Amino acid sequence: MKAFSVLDGLVAPLDRANVDTDAIIPKQFLKSIKRTGFGPNLFDEWRYRDHGEPGEDCSVRPVNPDFVLNQPRYQGARILLTRDNFGCGSSREHAPWALEDFGFQVLIGTSFADIFFSNCFKNGLLPIVLPAAEVDKLFDDCAANEGYCLVVDLGAQTVTRPDGRSLKFEIDAFRKECLLNGWDDIGLTLRHADAIREFESKRRSEHPYYYA
Amino acid sequence: MKAQTLYEKLWTSHLVRQEADGTALIYIDRHLVHEVTSPQAFEGLKLAGRKPWRVGSIVATADHNTPTEHWDQGITDPVSRQQVETLDANIRESGALAYFPFKDERQGIVHVIGPEIGAILPGMTVVCGDSHTSTHGAFACLAHGIGTSEVEHVLATQCLLQKRSRTLLIRVEGELQHGVSAKDVVLAIIGVIGTAGGTGYAIEFGGSAIRALSMEGRMTVCNMAIEAGARAGLIAVDETTIDYLKDKPFAPVGALWDQAVDYWRTLHSDDGASFDKEVVLDAATIAPQVTWGTSPEMVAPVGGRVPDPARETDPVKREGITRALKYMGLAPNTLISDIPVDQVFIGSCTNSRIEDLREAAAVAKGRRKAASVKRVLVVPGSGLVKRQAEAEGLDQIFRAAGFEWREPGCSMCLAMNADRLEPGDHCASTSNRNFEGRQGAGGRTHLVSPAMAAAAAVTGRFGDWRELA
Ligand code: SF4
Repeated sequence: MKAFSVLDGLVAPLDRANVDTDAIIPKQFLKSIKRTGFGPNLFDEWRYRDHGEPGEDCSVRPVNPDFVLNQPRYQGARILLTRDNFGCGSSREHAPWALEDFGFQVLIGTSFADIFFSNCFKNGLLPIVLPAAEVDKLFDDCAANEGYCLVVDLGAQTVTRPDGRSLKFEIDAFRKECLLNGWDDIGLTLRHADAIREFESKRRSEHPYYYA
Repeated sequence: MKAQTLYEKLWTSHLVRQEADGTALIYIDRHLVHEVTSPQAFEGLKLAGRKPWRVGSIVATADHNTPTEHWDQGITDPVSRQQVETLDANIRESGALAYFPFKDERQGIVHVIGPEIGAILPGMTVVCGDSHTSTHGAFACLAHGIGTSEVEHVLATQCLLQKRSRTLLIRVEGELQHGVSAKDVVLAIIGVIGTAGGTGYAIEFGGSAIRALSMEGRMTVCNMAIEAGARAGLIAVDETTIDYLKDKPFAPVGALWDQAVDYWRTLHSDDGASFDKEVVLDAATIAPQVTWGTSPEMVAPVGGRVPDPARETDPVKREGITRALKYMGLAPNTLISDIPVDQVFIGSCTNSRIEDLREAAAVAKGRRKAASVKRVLVVPGSGLVKRQAEAEGLDQIFRAAGFEWREPGCSMCLAMNADRLEPGDHCASTSNRNFEGRQGAGGRTHLVSPAMAAAAAVTGRFGDWRELA
């Protein structure tokens, strides 16, 4: 997994609640057996005026100029500002793959759906939860200032605004370590292979019907 | 000993180890696998030179991409075919407890086949690269939907990294009105707590109305726990659970069965166990439900009206309602019964079990599809459900009513195969998600119960199916 420590990045605002994974990456793109290449189809139904199919050249498709990520001022955005319950719906990891492939490294919102939230960490994408009042303020500031950037420091657990004011965010210590170091979960877990084997053999003898 | 919730019992009995911050390694008993979320996981495993930890935990099937008609022609979409063939190759190479490939007589939706063969047993931890894994909580299993990296993690280590959830008890007390189904109950719950109401929680469903449900009904309720934001839903073991499992092909037999049942009977929340939150609904107040918007929480009782955004005070919600009504092509205050019906879909892991098909058939019997309805698809959840329905003559009832009787699979629940809505079509659907484009780009989904869907098919409107009887 890619490591993450500090990012100074342009912010794009996606001002809606309950953005679901079908919207983030529609199902026809889930037929791919690869992990990469989903960026051009991120938010496909909102971004383009036509219906997208896998394998198409997206550079020649008609774009929806009103969709926020198509606006010139948000080109190159690395931080996506969102509302409540972002990433709800399916467990498809294609959603964080698409966000990451598009160029996002940080998501800031008031809440994230559980499965989506843990999928982000497996892909070097940092979802940050901030209080609603702070998120409101970020939306306002972002709309008012072209080129609005934030500095996200994972080690210090802060989001710093252009005026120098820092907002603290919470993150599990274990997830933070993994993300800072780019550690692979599986490798870490396999260091406890003996404990797993021991647990398994005990379970097998106490509950043999699960192993029939 | 301290009174424990069912969730605590399941959590503690699977805890391998825990980090200082509470991140835990949870042992996984059953791993369900399908073609969409597994190829990258098997590939990752191979690239790292790793082997699956315990292939005996795996039950696999192809369901999302498979066509529901013309099986003799195979899978004509080359991209879908490649994904299904990749699953075939991965399972052939690694092995599994059971694999039901495309066209196998027991193939079907992963969440339908697991329970019906008895591969889901109370007290198990169950994972699948699919959010509706919450379905299996109906058997008092700790069942989580997981992402592809987690699929790989479980393949490699037989464990999942998890943080302990908070616990939410939703009690539905009293008796349901005649003709109100499990689907109406869960839609009503989501209407009350919202689609993020269960985020961070494991929801246990209890109360007399839940205990009165069949296993099929309980699966419908737990299936949609994820639509309420909860990664897991749970229902305690009782005689209904045990009766359902008896004599299922993968359930234990003889002395092992007795030993298992003794343990399973302990799988309930103890009297006096405390939950982080509790919500109580009065069963008698729940009417048949119809969603009008693009999120399952946008739901109204039949006979009700679509809301007026002008009356919403929260600006984010107001914006959400306005956007949803625009997408759905509905004016504020429209009567639910005035919404047109263009297509009907009876199927999905929420409502494609035999009981669901019986409910739909009871309404369709002796009636005809309304002329204004373009198409009615009935897609059984599995090959076994299909054959059972045919043995009962349900397929004949559907065909006589002008409904299409299809082969099992996910079908128009997510429209990854050829079954999909036309832009602008309103669809009465027994599935679980009414997101924009879910059933086909521009499609407009209204989530309902099987009986309501069948009534929509024969009347062309979203009326109260009980008035047909
Ligand atoms: S039926 Fe629908 S919700 Fe269920 S597993 Fe298939 S696609 Fe997912």
